[in-house]
Amino acid sequence: MKIVKLSRIIEQLNLDIRNAQDQVHREVKRGYTSDLLSDVLANGEEGDVWITLQIHPNIVAIAGMKGLSGIVLINGRQPQEETIARAREENIPIMVSEMTAFEFSGRLYAMLSGTKNDEGI
Amino acid sequence: MKPNESKPSSGADPSENSGAFAGPDSTRYTKIQELVYELKVSDAMMRNIITTTPDTSMSELREILRANRISGTPVMEGGKMVGVISIEDFIMWLGSGKADCPIKEKMTTEVDTMYANEPLVHAIGKLDKTGYGRLPVIDRQSGKLIGIITKGDIIERLLHKLEIEYHEEEIHRYRASHIFEDIIGDKVALTFQSSVKGKDFSRAGEASSGLKKTLERLGIHPQIVRRAAIASYEAEINVVIYTDGGTITASVQPDKIRIDVNDTGPGISDVDKAMQPGYSTASEWVREMGFGAGMGLVNIKKCADKMELVSTVDKGTHLRIYIDINNTQEHSKAG
Ligand SMILES: Nc1ncnc2c1ncn2[C@@H]1O[C@H](COP(=O)(O)OP(=O)(O)OP(=O)(O)O)[C@@H](O)[C@H]1O
Ligand SMILES: [Mg+2]
Repeated sequence: MKIVKLSRIIEQLNLDIRNAQDQVHREVKRGYTSDLLSDVLANGEEGDVWITLQIHPNIVAIAGMKGLSGIVLINGRQPQEETIARAREENIPIMVSEMTAFEFSGRLYAMLSGTKNDEGI
Repeated sequence: MKPNESKPSSGADPSENSGAFAGPDSTRYTKIQELVYELKVSDAMMRNIITTTPDTSMSELREILRANRISGTPVMEGGKMVGVISIEDFIMWLGSGKADCPIKEKMTTEVDTMYANEPLVHAIGKLDKTGYGRLPVIDRQSGKLIGIITKGDIIERLLHKLEIEYHEEEIHRYRASHIFEDIIGDKVALTFQSSVKGKDFSRAGEASSGLKKTLERLGIHPQIVRRAAIASYEAEINVVIYTDGGTITASVQPDKIRIDVNDTGPGISDVDKAMQPGYSTASEWVREMGFGAGMGLVNIKKCADKMELVSTVDKGTHLRIYIDINNTQEHSKAG
């Protein structure tokens, strides 16, 4: 696995970043895909990008506690206003992808594993 | 934020081309990056502006710049800014050996300006790109000139702000980590309590966020703080989901943290079952929010060095966890 900056993921996988634009230098080596909050608390790792369809403010608390580098909302799901407000306070980037969780996770995995296609998609 | 700030510039990594502020010390660097986005031009600009008029002479200008220790002024006519004259213009004029003349013949008329409510990072970019030493600042609503900003003003403001934040954090830490040293006693503990409202998802997690901040300020190891915060969060969410409310009480002792989470009902009929991974009685709509994996109590156990769960149906549930402050090893992943 490689370490890739969040900015590169945003660019290559077409993410729409909604806040904490100054945090895109964060380094990512893993993603974690789950919609169960306790599961992320148990199995997420510091620096992970969290891929989920949950949009309520508690996701920010989870990301803050685990030290995740950002949250990707899939299927073009829009974060609740309160979610963005808290994400601003906690400086946690919320990003929106039009892809499904399956597709986004697969493409992020390809980027991070660096086995193929790591420059262009 | 305005639309043009909402995406990092395409192509290059924005963190790699932020000019004067790039540096190897990543925490410091992040802080400054944060500040240049957070602070507005109006936070750093000079407000008492010295101005000149188009008919002020170049020889008078010299006295104005010298007396006020400034390197340029906006040139105003009838309440409107018609140009900017700078020390560079003055030196050029001096060097040319030409006779004295009014400022209007030497000033720059195509003036780049900033709006007062733009983030500081825009001013840095513009100063860099244009090479100008100063930018007049305009109020977006009235269109009036309300200040002037230079690189010096920006640096001064950033240093000041960094110093303030540094001091605040220092003071917090100092107070916190010295608390125990100043107290004499066989048993010393610092206790704080928050109440948790039942069924209120909009505020769920707040008590644990507060606990996390306090523990950080006490200077406790981040790994310990994280475990305490996760355990407290899981317990808090259970109180929100399954009860009508309760309290979280944290007691920090020199060697351990004790967290008590108490509620007044409905209690757990089979505690052993509740402790099993995957067991959950969460309702459908709670599950839709991503709760109800049946992992909460398991997570708490994993984070704690010791856990006690006592529950009486219709009476309430008492959860007590201990976390050793000095056990900073990566905690066992087993349940
Ligand atoms: N304070 C409480 N009062 C009453 N019942 C509780 C309380 N805490 C937990 N329970 C019961 O124990 C079960 C297991 O709790 P646990 O936190 O492990 O999982 P969960 O809350 O169902 O799901 P998750 O925490 O993974 O989102 C709950 O479903 C609930 O029935
Ligand atoms: Mg739970």
